[in-house]
Parts: sequence; C-alpha cells; structure tokens
Amino acid sequence: MTRKPTLVQEDGRQPHREGTQGMTRDVLLTIEGISKSYPGVKANDDVSFSIGEGEIHALLGENGAGKSTLVKMIYGLVKPDEGRMTFRREDYAPTEPREARSLGVAMVFQHFSLFDALNVAENVALGMDNPPPMRELASRIREVSEGYGLPLDPSRLVGDLSAGERQRVEIVRCLLQDPKLLIMDEPTSVLTPQEVKILFDTLRQLAAEGTSILYISHKLEEIKALCDEATILRRGRVVGICTPREKSAREMAEMMVGATLNAPERAAAEPGPVALKAERLSVASPSAFGTSLKDVSFEVRQGEVLGIGGVAGNGQDELLLALSGEIRTPSGTVQLHGSGIGHLGPNERRKAGICTAPEERLGHAAAPDMSLMENALLSASVRKGLTKNGFIDWPGTRNFAEGVVKTFDVRTPGIGTAARALSGGNLQKFVLGREIMQEPEVIVVNQPTWGVDAAAAAFIRQALLNRASAGAAVVVISQDIDEIMEIADRFAALNEGRLSAPVPTQGLTIDQIGLMLGGAHGMHEAEVHQNAHP
Amino acid sequence: MDLYGITPSVLIASLMVASVPIMLAAIGELVVEKAGVLNLGVEGMMIMGAICGFATAVETGSPFLGFLGGAIGAAVLSVIFVLLTQVFLANQVATGLALTLFGLGLSSLIGQGYVGIKPPSTGAVPFGPLADIPFLGRVLFSHDWMVYGSIAIVACVWSVLKYSRAGLILRAVGESHDAAHALGYKVVRIRIAAILFGGAMAGLGGAYVSLVRVPQWTDGITAGAGWIALAIVVFASWKPWRVLIGAYLFGGITVLQLNLQAAGARIPVEYLSMSPYLITILVLVIMSSGRGRAALNAPASLGQNFHASH
Amino acid sequence: MLILEKRPTPSKLWAWGTPFLAVILTMIAGGLMFALLGKDPVAAIRTIFWDPLFDPNLAAYSRPQLLVKAAPLILIAIGLSLGFRAGIWNIGAEGQYIMGAVFGAAVGLAFYPADLWIIFPLMVIAGAVGGCLWAMIPAILKTRFNTNEILVSLLLVYVAENILASMSLGLLRNPEGGGFPGSRNFNSYPAAANHELIAGTGMHWGVVAAFIAVIAAYILLQRHILGFQIKLAGQAPRAARFAGVRPNKLVVLCMGMSGALAGLAGLFEVAGPAGQISIDFNVGYGFTAIIVAFLGRLNPIGILLAGLLMALTYIGGELAQFGLGLPSAAIQAFQGMLLFFLLAVDLLSNYRIRLMLFLKEAR
Repeated sequence: MTRKPTLVQEDGRQPHREGTQGMTRDVLLTIEGISKSYPGVKANDDVSFSIGEGEIHALLGENGAGKSTLVKMIYGLVKPDEGRMTFRREDYAPTEPREARSLGVAMVFQHFSLFDALNVAENVALGMDNPPPMRELASRIREVSEGYGLPLDPSRLVGDLSAGERQRVEIVRCLLQDPKLLIMDEPTSVLTPQEVKILFDTLRQLAAEGTSILYISHKLEEIKALCDEATILRRGRVVGICTPREKSAREMAEMMVGATLNAPERAAAEPGPVALKAERLSVASPSAFGTSLKDVSFEVRQGEVLGIGGVAGNGQDELLLALSGEIRTPSGTVQLHGSGIGHLGPNERRKAGICTAPEERLGHAAAPDMSLMENALLSASVRKGLTKNGFIDWPGTRNFAEGVVKTFDVRTPGIGTAARALSGGNLQKFVLGREIMQEPEVIVVNQPTWGVDAAAAAFIRQALLNRASAGAAVVVISQDIDEIMEIADRFAALNEGRLSAPVPTQGLTIDQIGLMLGGAHGMHEAEVHQNAHP
Repeated sequence: MDLYGITPSVLIASLMVASVPIMLAAIGELVVEKAGVLNLGVEGMMIMGAICGFATAVETGSPFLGFLGGAIGAAVLSVIFVLLTQVFLANQVATGLALTLFGLGLSSLIGQGYVGIKPPSTGAVPFGPLADIPFLGRVLFSHDWMVYGSIAIVACVWSVLKYSRAGLILRAVGESHDAAHALGYKVVRIRIAAILFGGAMAGLGGAYVSLVRVPQWTDGITAGAGWIALAIVVFASWKPWRVLIGAYLFGGITVLQLNLQAAGARIPVEYLSMSPYLITILVLVIMSSGRGRAALNAPASLGQNFHASH
Repeated sequence: MLILEKRPTPSKLWAWGTPFLAVILTMIAGGLMFALLGKDPVAAIRTIFWDPLFDPNLAAYSRPQLLVKAAPLILIAIGLSLGFRAGIWNIGAEGQYIMGAVFGAAVGLAFYPADLWIIFPLMVIAGAVGGCLWAMIPAILKTRFNTNEILVSLLLVYVAENILASMSLGLLRNPEGGGFPGSRNFNSYPAAANHELIAGTGMHWGVVAAFIAVIAAYILLQRHILGFQIKLAGQAPRAARFAGVRPNKLVVLCMGMSGALAGLAGLFEVAGPAGQISIDFNVGYGFTAIIVAFLGRLNPIGILLAGLLMALTYIGGELAQFGLGLPSAAIQAFQGMLLFFLLAVDLLSNYRIRLMLFLKEAR
C-alpha cells in the first residue's frame, strides 16, 4: 500500500498549519525534494516537509528508512545530492556542523558523540563553538541542567554515567547554545519509562519557549503522546504526513512498515523442569566503564521464555559473557540441568547444551570480514561436528551454512559473502539461525532485534518462541520492553548489575516495569529501592 | 662517596644531557598517541633527524640550523606515515615498522660522506656566575640550550593538553574519532598535525644524538632510543610530566652504566650495555601490570584508522 | 576528486595483484633513487633483479645463493605471519634468531670434537628451543602482565645482540683462534655442520625446513581449526573469544612458533653459510622477514615467493655494490620502500577508488 504524501504548502510565508490548539506557527525549516544516494542504495528520495517554530515534529520510520541520513544533512554532516532547504526563510546548506550550530541547529545523537574518558564539562565544551572558560561553563551546566529538571555534575567522567545521564549531557550541551531547532535521534531507547516522562516534560517546556524539535523515532505511542505533526518515511521516501493525535498507532504502523504485521504466536505449553540456573552470580566487568554483576540469581524452565529488561549499560553484556562462558565463574554459579558449568569455556558449554547470541552482531557474534561459511564455523563447530581431529570439515560447514541461510531466509548473494556486507536484519537472522539450528537446550540472546527492520524482528521473535515450544529454555535480554512483553513468560529487570526477582509478564503495567528498571536515575531512588528490591 | 670515581654532580649533569633525545622523541610520540595514532616509526624518524641534522650542521656550520634540519628531515619522513595511515588507511603497526626499516637504510645512505667528521659544537648557555655555584652550577647551569628547550617543550605540551581548547580537541579525537567526527571536527587533519609534530620532535631528539651526545655520525647511531621513547610513553601513562621522569630515569641508567664501563667495573661490558634495555622492559612490566588507572589514560582509539563512511 | 568507497567483500584479484604492483612501483621509485645517486637506474635494476639469475658469468655463483638467503627469510616470515594474522606483533625475530644460533652453536661446540650423528639433530632442537625461549619472554609478560609485546620483543633484540657479543668474546670463543673474537668454524667440524645437501644448489637443511614450514603453515591456515582461530583472533578479537579461543593461549602459541622458527633459521645459518658465532654474524634477516611476511600477504605461498624475491635483492644488491659501486644502504632503503608501496596499494583490495568528475553543488 502506498499513500501519496500530503504535500506541504509551496509558499513558506503562509501560516504553516493550524495547530491543535488553534494557534498559527511561522515556518522554521523547510525541506524540499532532498535526495541522497549511497552506492547501491537511495537513502533519501525526494523528501519534502517543513517544521514550524515551537513545533515538535516527528520523523517516523523503520530502521533503514533514511531518517539518520536526513538529519545528518540538516546538521551539515552529509551533503544532499539534490533538493534545497530553507531555515528561517533563508537558503540553508550547511557544509559542516559548525555552520549548522551557528544558525541554531543542535543535535542529540543516538550514539557516538560523547567521550568516556573526558568529564561532563569537557564533553559539553567540545560540542560548543565558543565555550566560556571551564569554571564558568561548569556553573552554567549546573544552572541549565537543573532549570530543565536534568541535574548533572560537570566534573564527573562521562564513562561513569548511566545511559540516561549521558543523554542529559548531550541535551544540556545543546541547550547551552539556545537552539532554534533541536534534533533528537531515538532519544528514548536508552531511558526507563520514568526518565522518558521527565524528558518529555523538558521537551514540552522547550517547545513552549519557542524551540522547534525534530523528534526521530519508531515508537508510535511516544510520538502520539508528544508530537504535533509526523512525517513518515519508508525506504527513503515520504509516505505520509499526519497529525499523530488524530491517527491510531496501527494506521501509522502500516504506513511505516507498508504491510500488516502479525503478532508472534506460540502453542501454550506447561514449562518443564529447570534447565538453566544462575545462583549468586557475580562478575567483575572486563571493561573500564562496564557494570559488574552482583549476586544475580534466576531460573529458567524448559519451554519457558525469561525476559531480562534493563536500560543499556546495566550489566547486560556482562551477563551474556558470563552465560556464554567468555567469562568464567565458580562452577556452581551457573548450572545447567543441576550441574555446575560456571567454570567451563564457551565451547564446553555449547557441548553441554547452551548457545548464545551476543548483542554486537559485527565483531562479536560474527567476524565482519569473514564469509558466512566461516562465520557458521565460528560457533557451530562443536555441536555440529564440523571438525575432526582439529581438521575442518569444509563441505559439512558449507551445508550447515546453506541450511541456515535457507531456513532463516537470509538474503545474501551466497555463503561466500562477508558478514559485513549483510544488512542488520539479515545478519541477525543468520546469527540467530546459526544458534537455533544447533538445537540447543538453552538459548540466551542479547538484544535480538536491535536495529533490525520490523519484518525481520517479527521473524526472529517467532523463531525464538518456536524454539521454546520445542522444549528449550530461552533467555531474552532486551532493552525493548515491548519486545519482552510480547514474547516472555516472566520478566526480571537488570539495574546496576543487580537482577530483580522474576515476575510473570501477564498483568504487569508499564509503571511497575519502570520502577523495576530503576526509575529515573538519581530522581526516584527511594521509590526504586522500596519497589524493586523488596 | 665516589664510586669508581664518579662524582654525583657530574653524573646528574650528564644524565640531563643523556635524557634529552628520548625526552623529545617521547613527548612527540605522546602527542601523536593522544590523537589516537600509534607511530612505531620513532626510531626511523630519530635516525633521519640525526643524519639530516648532522649534515645540515656540517654544511652550514650552524648547530641551530642543524637542529632545524633534523626536525624537518624527520617530519618529512613522517609525511610518508601520514600518507599511508591517514590517506591510504594502512595498518599503523606495519607502517611504523616500515618507517623504521626505511629510515635506517636511508640515513646510512645519506650518511656515507659524513663518517668521521666532527660537527660544529653546540655551546653551553652562558649563565655567567650562576654556573660557578658549587654543585647546582654544574647540575643546572652548565648545559646547552637544547637541554632547557626540551624541558620547556614538555611544559608546553602539558599546558596545551591540559588547558587549551586545541588540547581538548586533540584528546577528544584520540578518545573517539567517531564522536569527534559527529561533532564536526576534522579528525584526519588533527591527526596529521599531531603526526608531523611527533616527527619533528623525534628529529630534534635524533639531531641531539649526532650533534651533542656522541657527537659524530655512525650507522645506527640512535641504537634503539626511539623504541625506548615509545616505552617511556607507556611508562608515563600518557602524562607529559612523567615523560620527563621516565627520560631522566633512563638517562640516569645509561650514564651510570657508561661511567661504570669507563671506570672498569668488574661487570662485563656487554651486560652493562644491555642494562638500559632490560630496565626499560622491567619498567614496562611494572607499569602495565598496574592496569586500571594507567589503562584509562591510554587513548581509546589508539591505533585505529578513521574513515568517514557516511 | 578521489572518493574512497569500502568494498563489501575484499577483492580477490587485487589481493594477488597488489604485491606485483608494489614491486613495480618500487622498481620505479628505486630507479629514481639510484639515478639521484648518480647511477644508471636501468643498469642498477637489471643488476639487482636480472643478473643474479641469468647473467652467464654470475649466475653460477648467484643462483645457489638465492636459496641460501631465502631460507632464513622464509622460515622467520612464516612464523611471524602466524602471529601477525592473530594480531600478535612479534617484531623481535632478530633477537630470537640470534638466541637460536647461540643455543644451537653452544650445544654443537660442547660436543667438540666428537663425531656423532646425533650432534646436528641436537643442535637443531637446541636452536628451536633457544629461539622459542627468547620469544616466551614477551609472550609471558604479555599474558601475565599485559605488557606490550611489540616493545618487549624489540628491546630484547638489543639484549640478544649484547649476549651474542659476550658469547663470541667469551664463552664460545675459539680457544685456538689466537684471541680473535668468534667461535670455532662449523665448516671444519663435520658432525655439527649444516652441509650443502646437493652440491651447487645452495640446498641445505635450512632450505628443507623452510619448505616444510611453508607446507605446514598452508595446511594449518586452510584446513585446521587452529589456523581458523588465528585468523579469527586477528580480525575480530571479541568474536574469537565468543568462539572459545583463549587469547593468552594463542599469544603463547604464536610467539612460541615464530620464536622457534626464527631460532631454527639462526642455527642453520650459523652452522652453515655463516660458519661461526661472531659479533656480527646476523645481518638483519629478522627485520627483513617482516617485509617478506607482508609482501607475501601473510600467506604461506606468498611468503615463499616474497622470500625468494627479497633474497634476490640481497644478492643483486651485493652485485650492484661491486659492479656499480651502489652503497649497501641503498638496498636497505630499497627494501623499506617496497614495504611502503605494498602498504599503500593494499588499499585497492579493501576500497574502491572512484574518480568524481562532477561534484554537485549541495543545494
């Protein structure tokens, strides 16, 4: 289904749109016919829309729809191939971020714009073109951050901050420059529900003060709650412009995805005996700014899906490493069918029946420059018997890799293709397929659908549920609460390396989950301790 | 208190001289590494600095021009490193090694006509009566201007890195080139500047070896000083003032073992001359086993090439 | 304007093509360098690359030398390539080469003047052990204390050189040598000598060992899980740990193998072509082997060819030194240049270069 985009008015001088409260807005930014191509892909194709002053405008689209490319052009990091932009009615073609910033365009990035080993004030200074002296900057950071309900200590190292606090650094960095347009790229993916509320209050306050906000997301409920208008992108094209409050989430989802998606199904089954058990598992983080696990305990039964939620950086990676065997612990802290396996390495654990899939697809779950065939060997050599006396059975490996590609619908020219040439969704299907086709008794996955398009995500979730139906114990570590609610039987929250006691997902409200996840860091601590760790 | 006739004031004074080449090379490499680049070609750049400096000084008769020539010669060699790693995105470890191998060959090629010549001497800074103060005069006020210059350079690098915006940007680029790029900083340009500075410093250090320390030209004259400079950057955990300490420590060991050799100590010469290398290894082990703290100072993108894909 | 564009999959064609391109570019740049030195560039290049093999007067001497010089380079480079592939940078092969020679020679000399068949095999073992032990120092410091192996292995070269000097002046000095430094000559001690196996070919036990190493490394990398793990650890260290590779084990293994091979090379050299332990019997093979390893693209077959080519530049360089008065340092610079060009053109296998003729205005 394709829908013609509702075109913006040609003349930017006219009142842009009747707001929901009946007020008129002047146009701040217009984008007209912007196109950008990269080899093999047209990231943006004739994109047009406009943003009014004080408007919160959503840019909605799936992963790979071209949202990031578009905002990079607005921020001056990428030059468009075609089309023009105007900012405050003047031609706007920034050649570098400095130029965009000087005109009043600021951006809060999803990743990659903070420096762990530098402190908050230094990080803020780096994002400003003419920062005041450090001491003055520090006091302004305190002032602004508290004024908007986002308290920050300027002297702390950014690497020691929680994900939510790191985002505050970015927001405060932008606010110090009095932006006219604030771009926010997927800002809530690292926040707890309570922190999201605080962020939304801040954004509404900013909009009321006249700052326009371009809000990029694929989360429909948030956009309905926050945004005045939404531009929906699919495969680089604008497929619709609408007022989110007037549309249902389902309507917007269909525009965004282009097809109706089925919720995953599974046959109801009684959970069997306990398969995997962690008992007072404590792990020191291997990285300088990681989170150590503290006394993590849980059980997963055969045929059951345990969802472990948590905001990024609360020990998810460490938990996966401890379960996969990349970090070894005392034998009894990890148990499979009652026998201790904490002391075993990854391949011994695979032999015993545990397969895992780490979050980072390229570089951890798969070697970027190796072919899919070699990547199949990477984790499947033990369970699939792909080596004999240490010599590799390449024909057998080829068969296995081809089986994974076929069964899991991995779109690739062939199994000789390097892993990094695959799209995120396809590579994730390959990685999950590689683990699932080893028919493990326990499978642990971290962020199985992160950065994956909706169709692939649905496929992956279904595959995990099928594995559970076949009698395996499944552990899904995810930052996407909706995902956990969709597929997990029970839910537990990781917060600063501690795991809450698992509770059934049925009947759990978003507020309860939020409190289990740790609430808003540094704001509701008392509440959190009362509720999450009784 | 003389051991084998070695006087403390002379010992300290000569260790200050002995430490100059490594101090210069190490402070240059520190800046390079702070920008996230690992240039293992310090030895090659030093020896190019040594021969270029020597040749220039001999041809012009001016030690000052000699040092300038040394710095330029080594910086020119580092341009090759810039081209390969920043433009052609070659592996930094391999390129650094190539730089050293090439530098050793090229320097001995250039140096063919200069074997056995004495360079113009670099005189001491005239401090007048200060130099006559007992002990302190000999230790502090009897040196050539490069000794003071090298300390001033360390101080400069320290203050720039710590207090200036340029220093902050340099550290940011070394910490995460992706983040720096996203904020609009020119990662490659900043790194190129750092590499050229590192080259010039290594060249100055090399020139000091051939013009003051030895002073003459022989093949392989730097004898691993570049590698020790690299080790001193690790020893210093990427902190400028600790480079000074590391260089003095190493200079002290070198001078001591040379004095012991000259004094005819009973330890065989070969074991004395290997001692600086052994102690450097020992220091490296101690510094790296401490983990945690020191690891935090290491720039996070050290040795990784940057290519802006989108 | 040139635009770099990463290839989705490295180009196989360029992977094989780049070494040849690099050699050609080096010949051109080297020719320029020779011209600057006042030599006829064409004659110089011909003397280096053609005469040793095909000049009727010289080939009889030069051709056997090819194997003699290539064997240590190949042996060392094969070992280094395994480590380089795994991201373990042993650049102190020169030191391991020296220590292998010292250990092996010491064992041989200890038996002097016995005439037992076992002496030479024992020397071979001692050579491998010596090199291996010397490489274990950086390996163990790396695994135990996380010390940088590049710096330690390199610094140990200087230590090894001093040990060599001490040995040739002291412990291993020829008691009948009239006080001159250097050990007894193995060529006059048949039971301990590394003989030429087929007269007039330069074929000695070191050459045999080099060929075996090439074949073994080829099988290891293509067919064995250990070779796969080595490649994996170098390309994606985190993925390697996920695949169950223990990084420390790999460090010890790769350093040990490369040290042992370098030690073997040293022993074969000292017991054959060099003939004796002396202060400067080593001529930098350990460093040149780094170039050989890269020129061969860390591939065993490639290393075999690269080793032969590098040996050719050594022999040709000597000829050019005598015939044209080309300084030996020029050859060293020439070899360094080769590595530069190789690293530069390597870009072609991972990136596509596009020429942008029209740069559209970003409007």
